[in-house]
Amino acid sequence: MAQKKIRVLIAKPGLDGHDRGAKVVARALRDAGMEVIYTGIRQTPEKIVAAAVQEDVDVVGLSCLSGAHLVLFPRVAEGLRKRGKAELLLFGGGIIPAEDIPALKESGFAEIFLPGTDTGDVVNFIHERVS
Amino acid sequence: MSRETVRQKVQEWEDKVIAKTLAKFPERKPRFETTAGLEVKRLFSPGDVDGDGYLERGGLPGEYPFTRGVQPTMYRGRFWTMRQYAGFGTAEQTNERYKYLLAEGQTGLSVAFDLPTQIGYDSDHELAEGEVGKVGVAIDTLRDAEILFDGIPLDKVSTSMTINSTAAVLLSMYMAVAQKQGVAKDKLQGTIQNDLLKEYVARGTYIFPPGPSLKVITDILAYCKDQVPQWNTISISGYHIREAGSTAVQEVAFTLANAIAYVQAAVDTGLDVDEFAGRLSFFFNCHNNLLEEVAKFRAARRLWARIMKERFGAKDKRSQMLRFHTQTAGCSLTAQQPDNNVVRVTLQALAAVLGGTQSLHTNSRDEALCLPTEDSVRIALRTQQIIAYEAGVADTIDPLGGAYSVEALTDQIEAGAQEYIAKIDAMGGVVKAIEAGYLQGEIADAAFAYQRSVESGEQVVVGVNQFQVKEEMPKNMLRVDREVEAYQRRKLASVKAERDGAKVAAALGELKRVATDGGNVVPPVFEAVKTYASLGEISDVLRSVYGEYTEGG
Repeated sequence: MAQKKIRVLIAKPGLDGHDRGAKVVARALRDAGMEVIYTGIRQTPEKIVAAAVQEDVDVVGLSCLSGAHLVLFPRVAEGLRKRGKAELLLFGGGIIPAEDIPALKESGFAEIFLPGTDTGDVVNFIHERVS
Repeated sequence: MSRETVRQKVQEWEDKVIAKTLAKFPERKPRFETTAGLEVKRLFSPGDVDGDGYLERGGLPGEYPFTRGVQPTMYRGRFWTMRQYAGFGTAEQTNERYKYLLAEGQTGLSVAFDLPTQIGYDSDHELAEGEVGKVGVAIDTLRDAEILFDGIPLDKVSTSMTINSTAAVLLSMYMAVAQKQGVAKDKLQGTIQNDLLKEYVARGTYIFPPGPSLKVITDILAYCKDQVPQWNTISISGYHIREAGSTAVQEVAFTLANAIAYVQAAVDTGLDVDEFAGRLSFFFNCHNNLLEEVAKFRAARRLWARIMKERFGAKDKRSQMLRFHTQTAGCSLTAQQPDNNVVRVTLQALAAVLGGTQSLHTNSRDEALCLPTEDSVRIALRTQQIIAYEAGVADTIDPLGGAYSVEALTDQIEAGAQEYIAKIDAMGGVVKAIEAGYLQGEIADAAFAYQRSVESGEQVVVGVNQFQVKEEMPKNMLRVDREVEAYQRRKLASVKAERDGAKVAAALGELKRVATDGGNVVPPVFEAVKTYASLGEISDVLRSVYGEYTEGG
């Protein structure tokens, strides 16, 4: 029997419109055989949580470069927990200072990818965590 | 010697000398390309340069088609404007940064606004949470604008404001501050970006659908031609298109395609092209591939001159000139070994100067990590000053003009951009092409192809996929305190408590009436701003009339 495809939601929380990174990652994950839904820009944490639940995804990836990550990322994690989705794999990326990474991990993010990341590393990370 | 003879000689050299050399010493790659995929030949010679003649393709500086520059003496008279894009936190903090930059020799201001200000939300709006003062300064009311420009003489400094959806509001605030300083509107010099089409394509800080956005833009063009005649009313921006991942050819093509749409929209409202086109300016990106970038600027100038003359029948020389600001490429900077970014920025700034820019922003080495610190922004400014005062490249006009390689690449970029513009015309114009997702798709393809070429190692990025070192992420970066948000909310509340509520309501009511009737919205926005109506309140009135745009709809 064919293995079930991994489903991933890529989302852009906040007001920032730079989504080159989000789109490139979405495409690389698709090329690696995953089903990827991209929300488009300017999503609220609530909308992202609703989309993750509705689309029944295994993984949620958030992208942000405006500096609002410390407010917006934990809110998505919290929302997913409230909807009984604490088991979803969460990762983030963007312009994120190293000193913010511990707080984001604490809030439920398994990994934060910084500029210069190879998309292959993101693919491997998901494959390792989601079977 | 004729071009044909040269070509023959080069061919003989390829066949006899090169063939032997290659057998012994193979070259690094089978094919050399610019980042846009244009072939970089082993040797460029007169045989590669279009033979239409020096004057037709190159022209003289300050003369059609302006390939060699828009001013007769270029930097021999005066250097480009050194304009560092800056803004963060509160108006108070940003005002301090401006005074620092002016004291260090910057020659023009360039205001970075935070995202809520760009999208028409006050600092107390729920969608503003976490974003206030982050990527730029937070401006809610005229009070903030007064603080932002406090002690800066607006009749002496020119100001560029990177603002689009809320350009009418910020321009009005600027005019109101000037009025308080006793500076007449016709003395004001500067630029508002005011380029909405690229927001739908590449940057996302739109509010209204394209139709109303174009309407507000033409309102501003019409208002400024009479009231603020020295103001650049629109800065048509390839910068963000390139940051989103386009190639150099796409950057020229899509920017000029957007520009064509603005000119057409203004002409359609009954304006004569020569009445407003002289105040259009452009904004380009500058990447690492030096020869391609120099050629890009030259090609853009020539192509625009031809479009204005041949397509729109512009007669005034100023309408045919492509004047532009350049920013070095933010997306080319690496978080790894950030000091290497100083070198990248130097190369890019040099290319912009060799390409004949009118104004330049040099990025700071830490921008792949955070907002620039005072130290890093000073190095970035010094980079421009060293190019201006020490490198000697500003002493002659268009120094690389006539280089066979640069001329050949200029021709190729122009041809490639022309091909795109013809395709977009065939689709019914750029608005239709954007609605169909064509530009976005082309850019996304190019971005992905670039990422692949980096990951395969074909494109070397020093410190990232080659020449890495083990390093820690740097500390002591500039951070905007969360307290800024609370402070900004308190300030807004106190302005709202002090202002004359009845006057505000009347001004907003008048704005709604004018917008609904299809009149020019700039005068009522200006009046509303002067009552201390907030940017969010003014934007809400326009939202209620024009509606809001959402991606894909």
